[in-house]
Amino acid sequence: MINFLDQHAEIIITIVKIALLLFVVLTVNAYLTWFERKVVAHIQSRWGPHRVGPHGLLQPLADGLKFLFKEDPTPTGVSKFVYYLAPLLALALALTSIGVIPFGPDPLHFRGHDIYLGIADLNIGVLALFAITALGVYGVALAGWSSNSKYPLLGGLRSSAQMVSYELTLTMSVVGVLLTASSFSLRDIINNQAGPGLFGWHGIFGWSILAGPFPQIIGFLCFFTAAVAETNRVPFDLPEAESELVAGFHTEYASFKFAMFFIAEYTSMITVSCLCSILFFGGWLSPFPPGWTFTVYLPSIILIPSGLWLIWDGMRYETIFGRLILPAVGTVITILGIAFILLPAVNLFIQGPFWFLSKIFVFLFVYVWMRGTLPRFRYDQLMAFGWKLLLPASLANVVLTATLILFGGRS
Amino acid sequence: MNVPLIIFFVLAAMCVLGAVSLILQRHPIHSALSLIVVMVALAGLYLLMGAEFVAAVQIIVYGGAIMVLFVFVIMLLNAGVEERTNMSKLAGFAGIPLAVALTGFLAAAVARSADASQGPLVAGAVAPTKTLSMLLFQDFVYPFELTSFLILIAILGAIVLAQPEK
Repeated sequence: MINFLDQHAEIIITIVKIALLLFVVLTVNAYLTWFERKVVAHIQSRWGPHRVGPHGLLQPLADGLKFLFKEDPTPTGVSKFVYYLAPLLALALALTSIGVIPFGPDPLHFRGHDIYLGIADLNIGVLALFAITALGVYGVALAGWSSNSKYPLLGGLRSSAQMVSYELTLTMSVVGVLLTASSFSLRDIINNQAGPGLFGWHGIFGWSILAGPFPQIIGFLCFFTAAVAETNRVPFDLPEAESELVAGFHTEYASFKFAMFFIAEYTSMITVSCLCSILFFGGWLSPFPPGWTFTVYLPSIILIPSGLWLIWDGMRYETIFGRLILPAVGTVITILGIAFILLPAVNLFIQGPFWFLSKIFVFLFVYVWMRGTLPRFRYDQLMAFGWKLLLPASLANVVLTATLILFGGRS
Repeated sequence: MNVPLIIFFVLAAMCVLGAVSLILQRHPIHSALSLIVVMVALAGLYLLMGAEFVAAVQIIVYGGAIMVLFVFVIMLLNAGVEERTNMSKLAGFAGIPLAVALTGFLAAAVARSADASQGPLVAGAVAPTKTLSMLLFQDFVYPFELTSFLILIAILGAIVLAQPEK
């Protein structure tokens, strides 16, 4: 048995990694909806979900069950094959794109195998992601077309036009980073940002947003804006402008098929956040210079107080369930924080993932923040913005970066 | 049978079946979908040969941009199911024999070529993107720029044609 496992270790490790990543991503997706509802609620002076479980923490579970058990009618006159294919395509492509992303610098050692965090570390990581994004349009377009209904059709058309337009900017805006790193591999791009950057300083000054022959601030702004449009989120959520188009391309989808579009959207939000932090914000690199060794205790410094706060908050929660579960979770978090201090090897290993996840979290928060505060674009404004402002800006960024690299050399 | 060979045959079958389905489907959207399957399977074949960059570009340009435009236009025009006519006489008498002859000729040429005995070329030496870009932007820079100029002219032509008459 052990022999068999050792022989096929590569494949088995990959399958286990895929299963694990799927589980993590779907759970994060579920709690992202909770997080979004909570944050938007607080922006609008409301409480958000707080009935199901302590602080509404079981709301995602309830929503999931609702999606599973709801009636799932198929409208008459739909193009059956395409109608069922569209949500599958959207979800499958969104989940595939996460597999390209590396989550940490160091491999785990297990029985002589090096297990890297991340499923596929491709030489063409960035291109592979763009290829998957390029196919992602079909999920939306086909859903709109196959529903045999005018609002989904209009929503599908709008979103295809929008996604095709913004894909150009999306691709153009990363060219500057690719030129600086001279590689398509996400791992190489991150490692390239470690070296001395602006003023010859390390840490945050090495990241592409500040360093390089030309700081990629324009590139980042174009990229993030285009990415938000590509994921159909506020303020670019025209495909589902409810006052004009009911729910856009997924109007005729119910139950779990709707949930699949929903999960796809949230997964692409996570992918975009990962890409932003990898391409422009140094991925898993710490913002502090390597000399500041005391910053390795930062994960514990964040974990222990939040764990203690959770215990304190849970003790005086209204429901008995909350009084049991919140302190328990708080204790686990506190113990985790203490364990990181006591085990330096583990602490060193989690530094990369810690910084990477923190950056992802910041971008996810920005997504939610925008949803809570920004109004929607009008369709012609959206097109003019994409073609007349973003695309020229990203092109100018490419030209400037290329010129500076040609004459100034790499920093 | 090694794994790359199996993958090759799966992708090749996808290509051929997609192409056949492209012709046989009666709805334009279904035909477009079949063509996308062909494009993606072709990208898989390129990947199998170690041409990572070409594979990615195949999906981004053909699978993504061009086919999205196809689907978009079909949706916009709301094209319905095509009517099927009986085969024209010319196609029956000349087309089918010619198609068979061409297929036979190609198969014979492929079977005779030196590489045929080695089976499909499988990721031996990964062609780095750098080599490709050196070829494109140094050795063949003038043909490359001329081609892009040609495409630019085509775009300008399309704009001129699409303008309403004054």
